[in-house]
Amino acid sequence: MKSNKNILSVLLNKRHKGRTISYTLVVAAWIILTVLQRGGHVSSLIAGLLVPITCYMVAALGLNLNVGISGELNLGQAGFMSVGAFTAVCISGYLAASIPAAPLRLAIALIGGAFVAVIFGLVIGIPVLKLQGDYLAIVTLAFGQIIKSIITNMYLGFDENGFQFSFVQNTTELAPGGKMLLNGPMGATGTQRIATFTAGVILVLIALMIIYNLIWSKSGRAIMAARDNRIAAELSGINITNTKMLSFVVSAGLAGAAGALYGLNYSTLVPNKFDFNTSILILVYVVLGGLGNMNGTMIATVVLVLLPELLRSLQDYRMLIYAVVLIVIMLITNNEHLKTWFKSIRSKQADSRKEAA
Amino acid sequence: MEFISYLVNGLGLGSVYAIIALGYTMVYGIAKMLNFAHGDVIMIGAYISFFALMNFGLPIIPATLLAIICCTILGVVIEKLAYKPLRQASSLAVLITAIGVSYFLQNGAQLLWTSATKVYPSAMPSGSLTLGGFSISWLTLITIGVCLLIMAVLTTFINKTKTGRAMRACSEDKGAAILMGINVNFIISVTFAIGSGLAAIASVLLCSTYPSVFPTLGAMPGIKAFTAAVFGGIGSIPGAFLGGLLLGIIEILAKAYISTQLSDAIVFAVLIVVLLIKPTGLLGRKLSEKV
Repeated sequence: MKSNKNILSVLLNKRHKGRTISYTLVVAAWIILTVLQRGGHVSSLIAGLLVPITCYMVAALGLNLNVGISGELNLGQAGFMSVGAFTAVCISGYLAASIPAAPLRLAIALIGGAFVAVIFGLVIGIPVLKLQGDYLAIVTLAFGQIIKSIITNMYLGFDENGFQFSFVQNTTELAPGGKMLLNGPMGATGTQRIATFTAGVILVLIALMIIYNLIWSKSGRAIMAARDNRIAAELSGINITNTKMLSFVVSAGLAGAAGALYGLNYSTLVPNKFDFNTSILILVYVVLGGLGNMNGTMIATVVLVLLPELLRSLQDYRMLIYAVVLIVIMLITNNEHLKTWFKSIRSKQADSRKEAA
Repeated sequence: MEFISYLVNGLGLGSVYAIIALGYTMVYGIAKMLNFAHGDVIMIGAYISFFALMNFGLPIIPATLLAIICCTILGVVIEKLAYKPLRQASSLAVLITAIGVSYFLQNGAQLLWTSATKVYPSAMPSGSLTLGGFSISWLTLITIGVCLLIMAVLTTFINKTKTGRAMRACSEDKGAAILMGINVNFIISVTFAIGSGLAAIASVLLCSTYPSVFPTLGAMPGIKAFTAAVFGGIGSIPGAFLGGLLLGIIEILAKAYISTQLSDAIVFAVLIVVLLIKPTGLLGRKLSEKV
């Protein structure tokens, strides 16, 4: 009985430790940055990056659920962001007159963006999750490309007679006073910038809450079991497709909400913004932060979004340096000698602790 | 008649995809990694052949040879510096490194040669061959011919030579290959060398068809060729050939009959449908899992 209790207390400890650190980090960052901003100590460059950082963070947290916890490589996260972004921009544009209160409109747009992304996640997940490994990765990549192509060819507008929609060729003829919501390759223009840093921080907190609660629930353990050994998990009565679908859809929904916030932070948004490179960028945050490590993902996102901006003084060389940093980090973190060296230090520390006890 | 000419153009484009896809699939088969920097090797090849043609005034064949030599060296150097230290690392770590290499090559090219688009000189024989009513351009014929030749040479190399057999052994079981006295590191280098050399050839053919050279030139053909490799079953050489040709034909037919803007979406949709019916691609081997 006693050992059982011990294991339980350790688990509870571990459970709470990760969460507490995450929430504290986010809230502390929010307080510090808000105070600094009030005092006028934040440069306009950094201030402009605050909302995008929270957006990428939420999308990366969602992707970490997919890649780290569920173990499925997803190369189409930007596709879900795109769906969320353009849905939110349309909702916000349509409701601009009827709901003047920006925070309420923002909340409705974010929920709408996340909801549509979840539906896309369900539809895409059904075929995708039948596949495994690199084949799954390429199909998510393909879906990302398809979503981009489709949004690039969508034209949506509304006037007093209702919505007008056309595909590939722009055939919408709006009455005077009407408004184009989507304009093909030009994307959405004239969006009211209603996204705020506080909304971004709240979104990050909600994302963390959803992810931690999912990870430590029965379904979360099923997801990890399916990742670690598919066949053994299946034999234990876990429905693999359903568990994978759960993490895929939650990840899509988070990406959708992230995209929604991103879309409402800029007055113009082109569909090309959410291409394969954006998916890869988010994947880089996840891998550098550590698979399954939510705090790592958040820190990696902040560092890697800021890095190119901080290197701006190096002008043309900054992206080159970014690339070199990326390669060098991967080489160092995966260096066998360094790994064994770290392990030996850790085991020495553990030994000395044991002796002290 | 129109349909046949579209089909031939599709074969031409497909041949280029097939040559690039061969590089992807060989590297995947042997090193088990998705080499996302492959597209950027094509871009480097395009720039080198461009300068060879424009600045040194070389004819097309020596220019191509120069591009092949440079790309081969580049491929081997990339493998040695960036991928070899990660042999034991997770496949995701290698993937991110490959992306880093891709960024490096793109931005390096931008620094060296600016992002302005350069117009590729037409060094290939122009005009077309007219056969009983419809004509095929010499360029398309040459492209298809080069692809067939490469395929024949590569198949012979893989099946008949000692190095080729060693390559097959490595893709089958690396551990056993080492025990049989195969130098796996050397084989992986050879694979990268061949893949990068093929990328150089593809770059010359691609730029002769679409004559503009810019730093992100390789990205889209790279993704398409990667799709082609998966389409045919990644790791399979005949699969990459078949996948490339089919992808090219589908793309051209979709552009001609459905919509130019949606052709990419259609190509990827076909890929998804194929993978749903055959989850390991057209010619991919089914892997049975052991408990």
